[in-house]
Amino acid sequence: MGFEKFLFYCFAAITVAAAAMVITRRNPVHAVLWMVVAFVSSAALWLLLEAEFLGIVLVLVYVGAVMVLFLFVVMMLDIDIATLRAGFIKYLPVGALVATVMLVEIVLIVGPGNFGLDVFPAPPAAGVEVNNTRDLGMMLYTVYVYPFELAAVILLVAIVAAIRLTLRHRTDTKFIDPARQVEVRKGPDRIRILKMPAVVEAETQE
Amino acid sequence: MIALSDYLILSSILFCLAVAGIFLNRKNVIILLMCIELMLLAVNTNFIAFSHFLQDMTGQVFVFFILTVAAAEAAIGLAILVVLFRNRRTINVQDLDRLKG
Repeated sequence: MGFEKFLFYCFAAITVAAAAMVITRRNPVHAVLWMVVAFVSSAALWLLLEAEFLGIVLVLVYVGAVMVLFLFVVMMLDIDIATLRAGFIKYLPVGALVATVMLVEIVLIVGPGNFGLDVFPAPPAAGVEVNNTRDLGMMLYTVYVYPFELAAVILLVAIVAAIRLTLRHRTDTKFIDPARQVEVRKGPDRIRILKMPAVVEAETQE
Repeated sequence: MIALSDYLILSSILFCLAVAGIFLNRKNVIILLMCIELMLLAVNTNFIAFSHFLQDMTGQVFVFFILTVAAAEAAIGLAILVVLFRNRRTINVQDLDRLKG
């Protein structure tokens, strides 16, 4: 059993355990934190598969942005955990049954008989001259440049949609629009200009 | 050496855990969204494993696009969730029956 295999089983066990914690935790904040563990150990598995760029991107984008967004929302919403947890025990048998049946079916298909080492032999380890980031970039900016631009548009749409959905104009704050403030005129608006003589303050000292 | 089937079985376990999570936490929309993210993680692991064993970069390009779409989905989903909570004061799936008419 090589070191690589040892690493694979370690990270696989951590990923599965963290995923199991995600779906069983009572507190959503704990669930999000276990999710972070699952993503980080999955990124390590992706590194084992020589997908270095995507492994780093998974940590940066998923753990750094999406999971932090989840944490923000979980902590911002004042949710009643007790009512949300109701029915957990009730649905446990059917959930476990469906998941087990699905797992057995999938494993029967993707097991070692169809996708084992004798069918898909392990490729030779990539040398130091192989640059995963460069290869991926060459693919993205030549063959897949049009889908790449579409992905950028999707992200833009997501930004616009998220901001538009959560933006609200509150009426109960005493906020004054500075643009309207400087446009106040003498006649129709509530402003009055007084003419008064200049007053020199009397000397009080000495 | 690690076989392709090992990676496929790992991601199928992840996927089935996410399905079980959807059954168990069917009232909490946040956990449901997180289970969907877990499913996407399992699918991405499949793509990367095949990309490695077939020595084809296309699988990694696919994972790149899936990550993009998943990030957009999470952002919009959470924004909808915030608006929902602002209006209804709950995120319980059972209470969200307004569209029934």
